[in-house]
Amino acid sequence: MAAAIYSLYIINKSGGLIYYKDYGSAGRMDTNDSLRVASLWHSMHAISQQLSPVSGCSGIELLQADTFDLHCYQSLTGTKFFVVCEPGTQHMESLLKYIYELYTDYVLKNPFYEMEMPIRCELFDINLTQAVQKDRVAFLGR
Amino acid sequence: MIGVGKMKQYTNVLDKPLTKGKQEVSLSAFAFLFSELVQYNQTQVDNIGELERRLEDAGYAVGARVLELLCHRDKGNRRETRLLGILSFVHSTVWKVLFGKVADSLEKGTEHEDEYMISEKELLVNRFISIPKDMGTFNCGAFVAGIVRGVLDGAGFPAVVTAHFVPVEGQQRPRTTILIKFAEEVLHREARLG
Repeated sequence: MAAAIYSLYIINKSGGLIYYKDYGSAGRMDTNDSLRVASLWHSMHAISQQLSPVSGCSGIELLQADTFDLHCYQSLTGTKFFVVCEPGTQHMESLLKYIYELYTDYVLKNPFYEMEMPIRCELFDINLTQAVQKDRVAFLGR
Repeated sequence: MIGVGKMKQYTNVLDKPLTKGKQEVSLSAFAFLFSELVQYNQTQVDNIGELERRLEDAGYAVGARVLELLCHRDKGNRRETRLLGILSFVHSTVWKVLFGKVADSLEKGTEHEDEYMISEKELLVNRFISIPKDMGTFNCGAFVAGIVRGVLDGAGFPAVVTAHFVPVEGQQRPRTTILIKFAEEVLHREARLG
């Protein structure tokens, strides 16, 4: 059983969706919708950086809504990882960092992966499935 | 890498002592280098068999050198002359130097007399690699198979060495088996030696 996560997105530096996975039934979307959400988030993230009153802002990290929380992590190369989860879910920052770690290991070190293209790597899927298990997420937060 | 700064720098590689010293290198650095090796070779070929052959050739050169080094360092310039001797040399000594551990198992093929198998639950070179579905049974362990062939060939045991994925029951990931098929002359000689 996955922790209270609804879905996970990874978008490349130009806003293209390269990985999408949904967990559980709530908030399930078809392919077109997920692509739309990804590029929408990419633009919002970019706009937020410019609108921010604080200088050196790196973009939205958390969006809280009535029915969901959206946590976002942007890597140094501009790849964005974000999860949509139940409001108030804990340890999402560390989960995103861990997912980034998995991405650098099992995607970037895989000779058959083409940069900026959709991720199709068996080892990444296997390790990701383990990472989003409820007890594992709590462990990451420690 | 830890301890690199402390190492004495030799201008001539031949002055360097052959004793072990610190042997570990960064796994990430190796993984990226190996990934580039595979990607480069992929641009040079038009089919998977060819890619496998090129990786094997790259490994062969490593194997030939490893044999020379280890015979000198560990065995006082002697090398194994018997079949089982050289196999356990590959399985333990070579594996330990290259991968930091002995191989998981060394078995004799059940169907053919001239076949031996070295199996590894998770081969180091395959640690981060997922083979795309359209590449079928391709295995990057071909590089390791090449190393084994290099060692065996250099020691006077010509063989055909291939790497295969073998599914394991109850495991999500298959293990890698390095299949060694010795040339006829090797078995004849072995029989003569008794």
